[in-house]
Amino acid sequence: MALEKIVTVTGKAVSVPGSDIDTDRIIPARFMKCVTFDGLGEYLFYDVRHHEDGTPKTHPLNDPKHAGASILLSGVNFGCGSSREHAPQALHKAGFRAVIAQSFAEIFFGNCATLGMPCAAATAEDIEKLAAAVEANPVLEVTIDVEKNRVFFGDDNFTVNIPDSAREAFLAGQWDPIGELLEGEANVANTAGALSYMGA
Amino acid sequence: MSQSLFEKVWNAHAVRELSNGQTQLLIGTHLIHEVTSPQAFGMLRDLGLTVKYPHRTFATVDHIVPTQSQTVEPFADPLAQEMIEALRKNCAEFGITFFDIATGHQGIVHVVGPEQGITQPGTTIACGDSHTATHGAFGAIAFGIGTTQIRDVLATQTMALGKMKVRRINVDGELPPGVYAKDVILHIIKRLGAKGGIGYAYEYGGSVFDDFSMEERMTVCNMSIEGGARCGYVNPDEKTFEYLKGRPHCPEGAEWDTAVERWKAVASDPDCHYDDVVNIRAEDIAPSVTWGISPDHGIFVTESIPDPANESDPEKRKSIEEALEYMKLPAGAPIAGTPVDVCFIGSCTNGRVSDFREAAKFLKGRRVAANVKAIAVPGSQIVDTICKQEGIDRVFSDAGFEWREAGCSMCLAMNPDKLVGDQLCASSSNRNFKGRQGSPTGRTILMSPVMVAAAAVTGHISDAREVFEVENAAAVA
Ligand code: SF4
Repeated sequence: MALEKIVTVTGKAVSVPGSDIDTDRIIPARFMKCVTFDGLGEYLFYDVRHHEDGTPKTHPLNDPKHAGASILLSGVNFGCGSSREHAPQALHKAGFRAVIAQSFAEIFFGNCATLGMPCAAATAEDIEKLAAAVEANPVLEVTIDVEKNRVFFGDDNFTVNIPDSAREAFLAGQWDPIGELLEGEANVANTAGALSYMGA
Repeated sequence: MSQSLFEKVWNAHAVRELSNGQTQLLIGTHLIHEVTSPQAFGMLRDLGLTVKYPHRTFATVDHIVPTQSQTVEPFADPLAQEMIEALRKNCAEFGITFFDIATGHQGIVHVVGPEQGITQPGTTIACGDSHTATHGAFGAIAFGIGTTQIRDVLATQTMALGKMKVRRINVDGELPPGVYAKDVILHIIKRLGAKGGIGYAYEYGGSVFDDFSMEERMTVCNMSIEGGARCGYVNPDEKTFEYLKGRPHCPEGAEWDTAVERWKAVASDPDCHYDDVVNIRAEDIAPSVTWGISPDHGIFVTESIPDPANESDPEKRKSIEEALEYMKLPAGAPIAGTPVDVCFIGSCTNGRVSDFREAAKFLKGRRVAANVKAIAVPGSQIVDTICKQEGIDRVFSDAGFEWREAGCSMCLAMNPDKLVGDQLCASSSNRNFKGRQGSPTGRTILMSPVMVAAAAVTGHISDAREVFEVENAAAVA
């Protein structure tokens, strides 16, 4: 099964600043009781976006001018906390296709990669510069060039870091192991055939 | 060349190396439950894929089932109902065996697998649940996986995984009276830390494990993940084979004999290499309890709650302070005497027949203290049936415990069994994380079932050896 090669990600960006934003904040635990990830997008950052009575608070993700953004900007250690896959799924279902932050929690990074959602690390200054540009012009087109490890917007650009193994996987269309696992079908049959308990 | 069981099983199941350097590993047995599988089936459908080896996936329902009037549907919680129905639909559509409530074989996934003889030596087992290492008690390489990996196993019967190192943990000598398998694993976790096992598979051995029953081995393997190890196992021996013989999914006749030969051969070779070896003296272990919010926050019941003032490492001091603040426990005071509100015996750690049998031995003729709510939740319908045949359920209810129906119950409180407010629970389960038992401020103290029984009877954390006048109590610890 061939997956799409992810060479660039282009779209509108939105900044949700802060350090150590954990998976619980990204998707509160109570929304894990679900049978599908489909509806998760609407609960993204639910508790920071809503008052207790469910009415929306002032939050960049509630701001219509940022509607349709697909690149999220944030701070240090983004996605820390529990390893639940609901967090990257919520971002993805909400339309995000990449995150730029100062650093990422490891499991979260891996789970995002499996969804084809690059997590690119950048310096605080560069992220602030980009956030300011987006604030001034919310429809600004931002492009993450995965191949070149760079972000382009307006006349400006800066370096980001996507670790080589993940970067190569995006470029080769092997960011989700399912493709390669499926290709090994004949080998799997061989291995299984040698194990008597696998019998039909 | 001599090899450990881990290496033998790994090599037999390694399909090929993947481009990222990980191994494509065949998962011989896949276990699923209602909480983590529906999303994976959704992903499968999104990709237009199907279940490749449906006869190697087995399903049960455990996390969300109520433990009172379980057979009456719809459940009070519509989401719980939706989850069980999604599992029914997925199993029917793809031809997966489902131990549903009406089968009489339903229960916690880690109790059902061994009970049905699905858990076998020398196999690889994966389940979307972090306590899958329980099955390692049979000499299987068993570990918990995430939703995407459930999808991978459904679609290909394989997953991508990096090889682990192997740490051998020897517990030799003789456990003092009143010390149980739960105390052994709490002691190991305290000694090696909650993160000490990251990157390792734990091989448990030594005379204590040789002497342990299969159920005791399961208790220890179950909590490997609390020590950071995704996988933990015991080499198979005669006890393993004896336990499995005649179980529904085990081979019979001549096939049984070949299987036993194969299983014997899979045990670690005597002179094989381990990446690390840890030795523990059984005599050094006493009945243990946790005092904090991480499974490695453990002490003997005879000891005092740590005092952050005595901790020189600032980081450790901070973590003790945070734990005590949450637990609302006085620094430096003896843990024994701490009042309890709720007592829970159950879970995949300690919800098997031998756990209830042992606790019943001491509960007979005693009463749960006033103000204590005590519940006993069998790990499976079969455990429930056997306990009823032996009259164990009656011992519990006569003592003032509520005897419930099978499920995870208050281990993680995804069903109606929850702590309220800052209630403190003496629990035979495996996690004492903040809010784990259903109330954001609820407090959990982990211990063996017999220690829970002692807390239930006295109304506070107690040394079961004293309460139940266990022989030689004075001579130990
Ligand atoms: S009993 Fe607890 S730990 Fe075991 S499977 Fe159920 S919820 Fe998980």
